[in-house]
Amino acid sequence: MKLFKLSIKNIKKSFKDYAIYFFTLILGVSIFYLFNSIDSQTAMMNITESTREIIDLMINMLSGVSVFVSFVLGFLIIYASRFLMKRRHKEFGIYMTLGMGKGQISKILLFETILIGCVSLVVGSGIGILLSQLMSVFVANMFEVDMTEFTFVFSSSALIKTIIYFGIMYVLVMIFNTIQVGKCKLIDLLYANKKSEKVHMKNPWVCTIVFILGAGLLGYAYYLVTAGVNQIQDPGDIFPPIIMGVVSTFLIIWSLSGLILKIVMSMKGLYYKGLNSFTLRQISSKINTTVFSMGMICLMLFITICVLSSSLSLKNSLTKNLKELAPVDIELSKTVDMPDSYMEDYGYTQEEIDASHYTVMETLERIGFDADKKLKDVVDIYTYANSELTVRTLLGSAYDQVYQTYPHLYYDSAEEFIKISDYNKVARSYGHETYELEDDEYMIVADFDSWISIHNLALKQGVAIEVGGKTLTPKYSECKNGFIRISSNHINAGIFVLPDNIDFTGFDKKNFVIGNYNAVDKEGKQQIENELTSEENYQTLSNQHLNLSASSKISIYEASVGLGALVTFIGLYLGIIFLMSSAAILALKELSESTDNKERFLMLRKLGVDEKMIHRALFRQIAIFFLFPLLLAIIHSYFGIQFANYLLAGMGIDGLLESIIMTAIFLICIYGGYFLITYFCSKSIISHKE
Amino acid sequence: METILKIEDIEKYYGNRSNLTKAIDGISLEVEHGEFVAIMGASGSGKTTLLNVISTIDRVTSGHIYVGGVDITTLKGNDLNRFRREELGFIFQDFNLLDTLTAYENIALALSIQNVKPKEIDVRVRSIAQKLGISKVLSKYPYQMSGGQKQRVASARALITNPKLVLADEPTGALDSKSAKLLLERFSELNQELQATILMVTHDAFTASYASRVVFIKDGKIFNELKRGDQTRKEFFDQIIDVVTLLGGDLNEAL
Repeated sequence: MKLFKLSIKNIKKSFKDYAIYFFTLILGVSIFYLFNSIDSQTAMMNITESTREIIDLMINMLSGVSVFVSFVLGFLIIYASRFLMKRRHKEFGIYMTLGMGKGQISKILLFETILIGCVSLVVGSGIGILLSQLMSVFVANMFEVDMTEFTFVFSSSALIKTIIYFGIMYVLVMIFNTIQVGKCKLIDLLYANKKSEKVHMKNPWVCTIVFILGAGLLGYAYYLVTAGVNQIQDPGDIFPPIIMGVVSTFLIIWSLSGLILKIVMSMKGLYYKGLNSFTLRQISSKINTTVFSMGMICLMLFITICVLSSSLSLKNSLTKNLKELAPVDIELSKTVDMPDSYMEDYGYTQEEIDASHYTVMETLERIGFDADKKLKDVVDIYTYANSELTVRTLLGSAYDQVYQTYPHLYYDSAEEFIKISDYNKVARSYGHETYELEDDEYMIVADFDSWISIHNLALKQGVAIEVGGKTLTPKYSECKNGFIRISSNHINAGIFVLPDNIDFTGFDKKNFVIGNYNAVDKEGKQQIENELTSEENYQTLSNQHLNLSASSKISIYEASVGLGALVTFIGLYLGIIFLMSSAAILALKELSESTDNKERFLMLRKLGVDEKMIHRALFRQIAIFFLFPLLLAIIHSYFGIQFANYLLAGMGIDGLLESIIMTAIFLICIYGGYFLITYFCSKSIISHKE
Repeated sequence: METILKIEDIEKYYGNRSNLTKAIDGISLEVEHGEFVAIMGASGSGKTTLLNVISTIDRVTSGHIYVGGVDITTLKGNDLNRFRREELGFIFQDFNLLDTLTAYENIALALSIQNVKPKEIDVRVRSIAQKLGISKVLSKYPYQMSGGQKQRVASARALITNPKLVLADEPTGALDSKSAKLLLERFSELNQELQATILMVTHDAFTASYASRVVFIKDGKIFNELKRGDQTRKEFFDQIIDVVTLLGGDLNEAL
């Protein structure tokens, strides 16, 4: 029991040192609980079946991510406890000279870990439970469910999971501590602080060469993911730039820590001004010994920034696009009038060929869906395609140029055509602009950015196309914005709008029916949707070999909202954990050296340095220590986000600025918070008041 | 001669009413410009407390201390810091060099916190280094230097600002006898050459014998005072030993 008392006293005494550790543990526990309790928050919400599926997927993914997160946190906790151990070497040394055995010291540590573990678990889950009440509002907002009344959400499964995961982590810490104590030698413990620090000045030439090497490598990696991004063909190709980026990050940090010191030292006016020489030496001595963790922190910050800003902007674009890209309730389409030759050419059956002669409206009639009554604002149109008229042929003289820029696209797919009058019908229904064409003119509507630029190349050159025996020239030198299929993203790669008198004989024909459900409210629309998409109808269609496909606003909406939520939650979860871990490592490093610093600052005081000057030096020292990896991470992110944009281009990235601002807010709150805590803790540690 | 340090009947008490310790119990002392004064006493005699209150690291309970005519017991906050960095130089037993800085930078720091221009810093650092014989170690770090070199670097740092008063707390305490001798010889040279006023606390008679005056303290009071005058160092040393013997007990143990 004596030992237990000693443990409590130790913690009380060194609370300043433990503050960051505690703070990190509590934050970790509460966030872990928070994201694992989303399950119970959504459980009570009134949501549709398809949303439920997405939520289940999200919860599965979150619990998968949780395993990864627990590894990150586990490493963090062991790392942190190792630092705290180091701080207390002298204390252990004194215990041992007093005759305490290693076993007893291990026991003290055991008590401490249990105590800290319990307190942090209790406080952390308490905060987590409180936060999850706020989170439920956020979740409801995300899934656009009305929160009519406040319900207290509590997830016992999440709590149990949190306790088990953190329990395992604490047990690992205990084992680790016991091993550490076992390895300790009394002499090292007692003289741990007396060892005077060796300062290794790096050779400036080696530094310069390494820096140039690192910068060059990094530059090349940046080039690969931005300007040279088209050379990335398969997923494996993204590894070289990533590896190059990681290696060069370490090289740059290693070389810069020596180089900056050299450069500033040569600027005598700056170096010998006030405490600059002292501050700079403080920083460089630390960066020297922490190249690895600095590099890791830089990379973690980089991932955080990219993940947070891309996920938030993805979510933004998903919801923003919806209103614009799904202006009507339902879009039904069906390939019609397939020629008999398709039986031989493509292996269709006679039944399928026969069934293809029904239009969409006739098909609806066959399944007993009363389109006249249930649908309104109906637009019934056709599009055409021909395997002869491929992307390649229609690009004409522009093809070579396009191929050079985009060598990996598939150029042999057939382009789609629509008559101008049909297109105008759709455009009117969607509230888009309508157009007119002369008999020898054509135009392209598209909304997929990279395809727009491809088509524009041809349109600018005035490439003439030949369709149905007629030669047509472009009316406009650029694509017009538009689409006929409703979707969640800008995916219309281009539809050729042609004059009405083109002869489409022999073309593949597709019938589209676009319209709204004839209902006033959400429930009514949902009811019609359920009726249309019933299992029964699906059976009838397949029994009769009918190939009707449908996209509805509701399904697109639910998929988008679910995907948006999934991306946001995982982004936030990983982002916060990474941010927290890297800030905590920095803070611990800074604080663990506070004893050395204390002596140094005491010396400065004896030399007559003002408190203000000392605080400024301390502030600068910590600020530079925190900013150094962040700065490199921000430079990385500038290119990383561009690459993420490229990868997610199909999904659409909107409101990037907004999400970067959001990311910055997170960064400032968490990273900045850790910075301030570190500063104030160090300030109180070095203050001469005992 | 100008009086640099004037101590007027100072007292320093520790503890509370029921358990009072008088670390300094009414000491008055004057140090003239260019003097090299050693304060001797056993541990617990109050000599370090005396140095601490003069150096403004600690405060007196009563009495006044004037340095160059300014009453430092009334100074506060940043005035204190300014006084410390502009008027005083410190030399400590354990050197107190910053281990992350080179010898040159350690010495230069004393000037750079006074916002002296780098060019002037360079000239002054090199000149003081030459006087103390440490020109060759200027680019080394503390861990690469011997104890004697470290103490001479620390002395250079204390002297470079041309302080009114240099306070040395057991400067030879952590040195071997050869290094100690070398350091003390430099001290007396600097004392004569630069007319630096030095107040040194020590319990070592050998170290004290390099001073021009030795003040003995016992139980917080001045016990005796010796002036070297025209005696050789050896003669002065013998005289000091006589007093030490007279003081008896503790100090003998320290020898």
